[in-house]
Amino acid sequence: METHIQVKNLNAYYGRQQVLRNINVEIPRKQITVIMGPSGCGKTTLLKTFNRFFELNEEARLTGEVLVDGQNIYGRDVDVTEVRKCVGLLAQRPSPLPMSIYDNVVYGMHIHKMKKDRKEYKAAVRHYLEIAGLWEEVQNRLHDPAASLSIGQQQRLCLARGLAVEPEIILGDEPTSALDPISSQNIESRLLELKRQYTTVIVTHTLRQAKRLADSVIYMYMGEVVEAGPAKEVFGNPQHERTKQYLEGLF
Amino acid sequence: MSEVNSTFIAQESRKGEGRGSRPSAAFRARQDKAARRAFLVVTILPILLILVVAAALFARAWPILSAYGLPSLLFGKVWKPNNGQFGFLPFILGTVWVTLVGALLSVPACLLAAVYLAEYAHSRTRAMTKPILDVLAAIPPVVYGAWGLIAIVPFVDEVLAPLCDRWLGFIPLFAVNQPTGFGILAGGIVLAVMVAPLIISVAFEVFSTVPNDLRHASLAVGATQWQTIRNIVLPQAKPGIIAAIVLAASRAFGETVAVLMVVGNVPNIPTSIFDSAYPLPALIANNYGEMMSIPLYDAALLSAALVLLAVILIFNILSTLVLQRVLRRK
Repeated sequence: METHIQVKNLNAYYGRQQVLRNINVEIPRKQITVIMGPSGCGKTTLLKTFNRFFELNEEARLTGEVLVDGQNIYGRDVDVTEVRKCVGLLAQRPSPLPMSIYDNVVYGMHIHKMKKDRKEYKAAVRHYLEIAGLWEEVQNRLHDPAASLSIGQQQRLCLARGLAVEPEIILGDEPTSALDPISSQNIESRLLELKRQYTTVIVTHTLRQAKRLADSVIYMYMGEVVEAGPAKEVFGNPQHERTKQYLEGLF
Repeated sequence: MSEVNSTFIAQESRKGEGRGSRPSAAFRARQDKAARRAFLVVTILPILLILVVAAALFARAWPILSAYGLPSLLFGKVWKPNNGQFGFLPFILGTVWVTLVGALLSVPACLLAAVYLAEYAHSRTRAMTKPILDVLAAIPPVVYGAWGLIAIVPFVDEVLAPLCDRWLGFIPLFAVNQPTGFGILAGGIVLAVMVAPLIISVAFEVFSTVPNDLRHASLAVGATQWQTIRNIVLPQAKPGIIAAIVLAASRAFGETVAVLMVVGNVPNIPTSIFDSAYPLPALIANNYGEMMSIPLYDAALLSAALVLLAVILIFNILSTLVLQRVLRRK
């Protein structure tokens, strides 16, 4: 197992409140790592430190390091837009941009001027919509507003939009929590397919989803990592009392 | 709910015992109804007031409207009441010019300020700016006018006019035909400063209605904050921003004293920003009550007021409708 993201001595605060306490975890490359724990345990905050969304809150402050491929993304010379290009985020609620389906997928590619001409953009749009499993449904209505899609389709569109800037890491902040069961399943199977090419980190509050997706698990409680490791070990033989209780559904 | 109410009333009545006879339930119900009607009347009053004002103006303007017809008043170029010539065009164009110059000077800077406040500024900066804007908006126009007289008019006369004359004088729009400093540019500058607080605070409100999810979606693919603002926030905010500008324009259109003090008040059709102008509100304010012996003079001024009222009402209603829709999203 090769480490892709390494978190070192990470402490995070919103104002005076400490939300992450001395986090040290490693996230393996090209696997799905699931962060779980009761609400308010800091799992979303930890996820947001990986694409530097944490700092969008003006009260936010952190110490420690998050290394992606050995480079500290909080380092002084790091371009935050490069970090975010490399680390895609699938949000909790689908957030299609107020433009057409086509323009949504092209959005990030335009920002980074990734293709030469219209033809290349067109091909790329098709490619990423196919990967997101949406092409069949939208190929005849690419220029309809994205808002006209169902919410499940919107989430897949957001996936395509994120993948289009060629990230290496996909973050999912409870990406199926707003979706119906069938759409959720659809997203889950996309993620399982994609893990061969992308390092994936998912925050979830549903244990069953964690069990379906996880190769590796981070269990958090009150801002600390209680237990982390391969899914088999954590689910099959949890070392800590808290993890056991959580897995048994005691809280 | 009704149970709660009745226990509440029961307690009340117990408290009320010993304070003499209590009004009967029927009386209290009637009292309630009367109060409601009274409030309704008071609320409707302002709406009626607009209609009353419009009707009164119309009645008093009618003699000239029927004699000349509205188009010949609106498009008449000559204002010589002694000769029976009542053309509003110089005044209407004066108002339009001053408003346009004010808007051109004010809108870009105000939008940048609003973008800064809504998108970049720390919440503490935001909290500090709000009361300052409110104070600026509350300064009486005559104070702005006085400031225009002592600062802007000389500035235009001594700095801007010579500069423009030297470098841009060949363009009619910037030609200095009457070097006094009083004129459209001075009026526009004063107006620009006066409407700035309004534009900034309404535009700020409009920007804050754009959902954060959209900003985050854009940032998440590696867009910079400015790219996010340009590609997402500004297009989303456009209808509201246009409404804010129209609202400010209607304020500028009707602004009287501050403009009147610095525009020169000569009823010409202006061709350059350094020309004097005579805006519609200034015409009414300066002349109503004087030279009333001239036939139809009074009716002419009041039909000018009617035109002003109509334009401002239309601007205001349109922008308010758009803004209400935009701000409700919040």
